[in-house]
Amino acid sequence: MSVQFSDQAMQEVKRIINFYPEGKQKSAVIPVLHLAQQEFGGWLSVETMDCVASILNLKPIEVYEVATFYSMYYLKPVGKYIFEVCQTGPCMLNGSDDIIKYIYEKLGIKPGGTTADGMFTLKTVECLGACGYAPIMQLGKNYREHLTKEKVDAIIEECRRSQAQNN
Amino acid sequence: MGRKLLLDKVNVPGIREYEVYRREGGYRSVEKALKTMSPDAVTEEVKKSGLRGRGGAGFPTGMKWGLLAKPEGVPRYLVVNADESEPGTFKDRYLMEYIPHLLIEGIITSSYAIGSNRSYIYIRGEFAWIVDILEQAITEAKNNGWLGKNILGSGFDCEIYVQRGAGAYICGEETALLESLEGKRGNPRIKPPFPAVKGLWDCPTVVNNVETIAAVVPIINDGGEEYAKMGIGKSTGTKLISACGNIKKPGVYEIDMTISVEEFIYSDEYCGGIANGRKLKACIPGGSSVPVLPANLLLTTAKGEKRMMTYESLADGGFATGTMMGSGGFIVLDDTQCVVKHTYTLARFYRHESCGQCSPCREGTGWMEKILLNIENGKGKMSDIDLLWDIQRKVEGNTICPLGDAAAWPVAAAIRHFRDEFEWHVNNPEDCLRRNYGLAGYADPVPPTPKGELAGA
Repeated sequence: MSVQFSDQAMQEVKRIINFYPEGKQKSAVIPVLHLAQQEFGGWLSVETMDCVASILNLKPIEVYEVATFYSMYYLKPVGKYIFEVCQTGPCMLNGSDDIIKYIYEKLGIKPGGTTADGMFTLKTVECLGACGYAPIMQLGKNYREHLTKEKVDAIIEECRRSQAQNN
Repeated sequence: MGRKLLLDKVNVPGIREYEVYRREGGYRSVEKALKTMSPDAVTEEVKKSGLRGRGGAGFPTGMKWGLLAKPEGVPRYLVVNADESEPGTFKDRYLMEYIPHLLIEGIITSSYAIGSNRSYIYIRGEFAWIVDILEQAITEAKNNGWLGKNILGSGFDCEIYVQRGAGAYICGEETALLESLEGKRGNPRIKPPFPAVKGLWDCPTVVNNVETIAAVVPIINDGGEEYAKMGIGKSTGTKLISACGNIKKPGVYEIDMTISVEEFIYSDEYCGGIANGRKLKACIPGGSSVPVLPANLLLTTAKGEKRMMTYESLADGGFATGTMMGSGGFIVLDDTQCVVKHTYTLARFYRHESCGQCSPCREGTGWMEKILLNIENGKGKMSDIDLLWDIQRKVEGNTICPLGDAAAWPVAAAIRHFRDEFEWHVNNPEDCLRRNYGLAGYADPVPPTPKGELAGA
């Protein structure tokens, strides 16, 4: 499978490269990997990373070593909706364990797992920097805050509805 | 009601937009600096203000700027650290989300002072929606002549770019942040050379926290001396405190560093007391890295004085009986919370976030996490408590960057002040196990042994 950015994505890549002085386009690797992950199914395959390397004129290893360091990059396929539930101190004090357990019971997936239909991945994460709104999770670009079991139900429903609309 | 300098306008409807922000007096500091002051004069005002870095270390900002090398023909950079990731800290997010132009204004004024024509905001990757808010504010500022070439006819050029991280606490450490900004793994650099001499792309660089840069705005508007009049001693001006945990009103509060810890926790103006009619058991007042204190030592220093919300008072007594202001991430534990479990979640955090460069940190954080989990799950031995103490001592001070210290301090303080709770876990394994959910690593809070130092309610 050959990997190619859309014209729109290439525009964005060019905009990002312009953030840096001439010859420093290596700096763009982190934002461009975000973009690549978004473009190519929510995770980074070796082909995708090689494509990023060639666009930025880097050696593939320079991209791999970055992709393997940062926790927001997925190196294996994931579900369409990823529940990234914070479990660090302040969220724990406000019951994040109960939320994780509830998602586990409701969807039958342990942290790190994906539902059989490929819809949901449960991921426990460390501090998202929204401790005053605990317990929280990240879903896509946004945070869902003050989580309760009812809110988790509503979020799952919302994802299913959104998926049904897209099909 | 304390005076506010950063968040005084945050509730003005539409303050996120340029027109409103400008109408409310925004961008005056840029006008004043670029039209009436030399870059050195701006730095001088910041020195006079006594402003200390708000990211956690508390280093004097004016001095940091003064140390910047200025070789001919080499660009200088201002990098704003918006990689807010310290557990308990969410103040910069609030500031950027609700009053983004304050940060942009502060960056322009600060860039002028240090001579940076290209300034970066390095923001943690998870704050994806805030990138849009900041880029919108930058575009508005540019469209209104506050960014670009020859700003206000002063001959000063400045552009601001937002760079997103991708999930790594370590990138909040300034040299790791620079590595990341250069498109590499976030491995901290050995210092010296300091960023002031060799920073971004080997050029002289100032790295400052979001709140620090925002504070430059009122300092230039009102003068450094006026700013220094607020607060006590070397804790001048205002500080954003993000309060969370078991309190009635979690949130971000701007305090003028003249109030006591007790007032901060119990006053309705701030945290509003402990939630659900519980009592105060312990608190980590400066982000997860600083030592936890039990209620009695938190409210009163070992000398018997009322503990104040200042850098000096929070640190009073050293680590034996004191703690630190840190980043202002104020985490409150009520009397149903288990210190062992809470410390375990922090140890897990540091193990996850260690970059792996230095052996004491890479290995030590993993050991501390495993031992704490064992104790929490009723599988610990009495000797494990001493082993834990021994490991944290071997991690502290033996690493390139302060993450090692940050991982060691919470463990040390938990044992120092709550040793009986660790011993309770060892002595009551059935109680620990019975409360386990059966999902590896997710245990229910264990009721702590009663202590004679609970406060409040």
